[in-house]
Amino acid sequence: MRLVILDNYDLASEWAAKYICNRIIQFRPGQDRYFTLGLPTGSTPLGCYKKLIEYHKNGDLSFKYVKTFNMDEYVGLPRNHPESYHSYMWNNFFKHIDIDPNNAHILDGNATDLQAECDAFEKKIKEAGGIDLFVGGIGPDGHIAFNEPGSSLVSRTRLKTLAMDTILANAKYFDGDLSKVPTMALTVGVGTVMDAREVMILITGAHKAFALYKAIEEGVNHMWTVSAFQQHPRTIFVCDEDATLELRVKTVKYFKEPLCIGGFPGVSDGKESAYNVGDPGSIPGSGRSSGERKTKQSER
Amino acid sequence: MRGGQGAARAPVIQFTNCRILRGGALLREDLWVRGGRILDPEKLFFEERRVADEQRDCGGCILAPGFIDVQINGGFGVDFSQASEDVGSGVALVARRILSHGVTSFCPTLVTSPLEVYHKVLPQIPVKSGGPHGAGVLGVHLEGPFISREKRGAHPEAHLRSFEADAFQDLLATYGGLDNVRIVTLAPELGHSHEVIRALTALGICVSLGHSVADLGTAEEAVQSGATFITHLFNAMLPFHHRDPGIVGLLTSDRLPAGRHIFYGMIADGIHTNPAALRIAHRAHPKGLVLVTDAVPALGLGNGRHTLGQQEVEVDGLTAYVAGTSTLSGSIAPMDTCVRHFLQATGCSVECALEAASLHPAQLLGLEKRKGTLDFGADADFVVLDDSLHVRATYISGELVWQAEEARP
Repeated sequence: MRLVILDNYDLASEWAAKYICNRIIQFRPGQDRYFTLGLPTGSTPLGCYKKLIEYHKNGDLSFKYVKTFNMDEYVGLPRNHPESYHSYMWNNFFKHIDIDPNNAHILDGNATDLQAECDAFEKKIKEAGGIDLFVGGIGPDGHIAFNEPGSSLVSRTRLKTLAMDTILANAKYFDGDLSKVPTMALTVGVGTVMDAREVMILITGAHKAFALYKAIEEGVNHMWTVSAFQQHPRTIFVCDEDATLELRVKTVKYFKEPLCIGGFPGVSDGKESAYNVGDPGSIPGSGRSSGERKTKQSER
Repeated sequence: MRGGQGAARAPVIQFTNCRILRGGALLREDLWVRGGRILDPEKLFFEERRVADEQRDCGGCILAPGFIDVQINGGFGVDFSQASEDVGSGVALVARRILSHGVTSFCPTLVTSPLEVYHKVLPQIPVKSGGPHGAGVLGVHLEGPFISREKRGAHPEAHLRSFEADAFQDLLATYGGLDNVRIVTLAPELGHSHEVIRALTALGICVSLGHSVADLGTAEEAVQSGATFITHLFNAMLPFHHRDPGIVGLLTSDRLPAGRHIFYGMIADGIHTNPAALRIAHRAHPKGLVLVTDAVPALGLGNGRHTLGQQEVEVDGLTAYVAGTSTLSGSIAPMDTCVRHFLQATGCSVECALEAASLHPAQLLGLEKRKGTLDFGADADFVVLDDSLHVRATYISGELVWQAEEARP
């Protein structure tokens, strides 16, 4: 894996957004060639979405030939409820960009046949040619999407009952009233995300530190479902300093030191984009010097 | 107004780079319009999977619901209280000219007049939707003749009336019918007024208290019978007194029907009401304040002598008097001037000033689902304003109906 550590939330959001932006631009999406992106919700990716919107408004990034697949959606919550993930994605992302509504896929938590809805979602991903880059977050209990502790590490898109931890964490969005919080959700499976060609997990904040520790320093375990990505060929964990608080100093040093930079996939043919992540000037505080950037290094 | 299948095929217009008044706040949001109504873009995206057909850049302006003027006696030389063969043309002229003031709906107002005038004029002012031809007519406001002699203001004494024994029939006979009527201003201290108020309210007509010497108790009873509005607060009524606040006391009365509050018109032209008095009313009851122009035919004309009802008025700058007296004779300040003056005099928020000219009159008339807001499903009647609240453009049913000179291509 690559572990990218930035000083704070804003820098981590910016790094992640630049990475996504670079990926899309270098892919050269077009009429017959869509870039497929898996997307998360929650407070962690908000900064990243803001940056992507900024790049779009600057004219540097278009989503015209991008297809998106969101990770999850609550069951039984009306689509236009302010806390539904449809509302989240509309307000925080879709309404600010130029994506074709037909290419923005979110699970329908009000479908009459929920399992059929899940199966259809898997099918849509397959028909789109699979996911090029799946962006996700991590829960305090180490879950990815709504794959709560105990979820199969080879699971597919399905209906899940939410863990009490998750319901408690969500209560703040429902006026603190536990009875109003949805108890079930449709979610992509761990296996679904593992199928993506590349995975980027955003983790910021001290409250996620223990989950990050469990995910990357301990073994693969279905109680901390993000740990499954230790077995994915191309995963990046993007975090801020606070999220590394439970890691061993040795681990952090390893990934922060210049000599140990993982390769920069995609920055291979010298083609410049305004948001080329390889540009050191654009990421203050990342602790990297420019010399190493020019060297092509192999993926760790 | 189109609806159903036709509306779904109508083009979707997205007004961008603007701040819209919604939910009492100015939000940095785009305004989406289709088929003459405000559209929910999230619904369009997820259910119909469509994007806008056209985007219009609003240059960072404010988009507010179109202003609604519930008291306007005429303008540009037109006098609604003058019986002519072609009242319709006069109404149409005013309707068209007030678009530049940001007014998208209005209630042509008739002052105290003889029976013949009501019988001739009323049938010629039907309720009408607005459009490129002009602001929409919501119905007529009949100010008088059932008002107080002492507080008649500029109304002609000879044509004042009180209610006969069969009060409602008397009223019907006076007006010749209530078909196009939306608001009636009367003095509640007149005998038999309660049965009239109840009958009018039952017909869905808004009853307003004004030109009256009623005390607070009488006014409260009138509200309990159904009155919901006060005509130009402070003007033509007893002044506030600490032991009997009179009609003004309705603003803070605790004897109003539960769940209801009184609306009150204010002429914020800087002349009819001292700014301090405007502030007292606003602070006492901000949600009830309705900005009205009470404009006279001299609106939009220059200094000199002009006709209002059965009398002559003299215009001097921003003031109009009953000719030969010092009695104020209605205002000649356009609605957008009133909004700006109200904002400046009270120091209230921009949102508050805009709502006083749009949401509150809509609520008064029970139209707040369709008019006076930019909520989804409402009629797309809105006004484009710069930061100093000058009108740059006016839209009715999503169509541009007026544009400032500089803005024209």
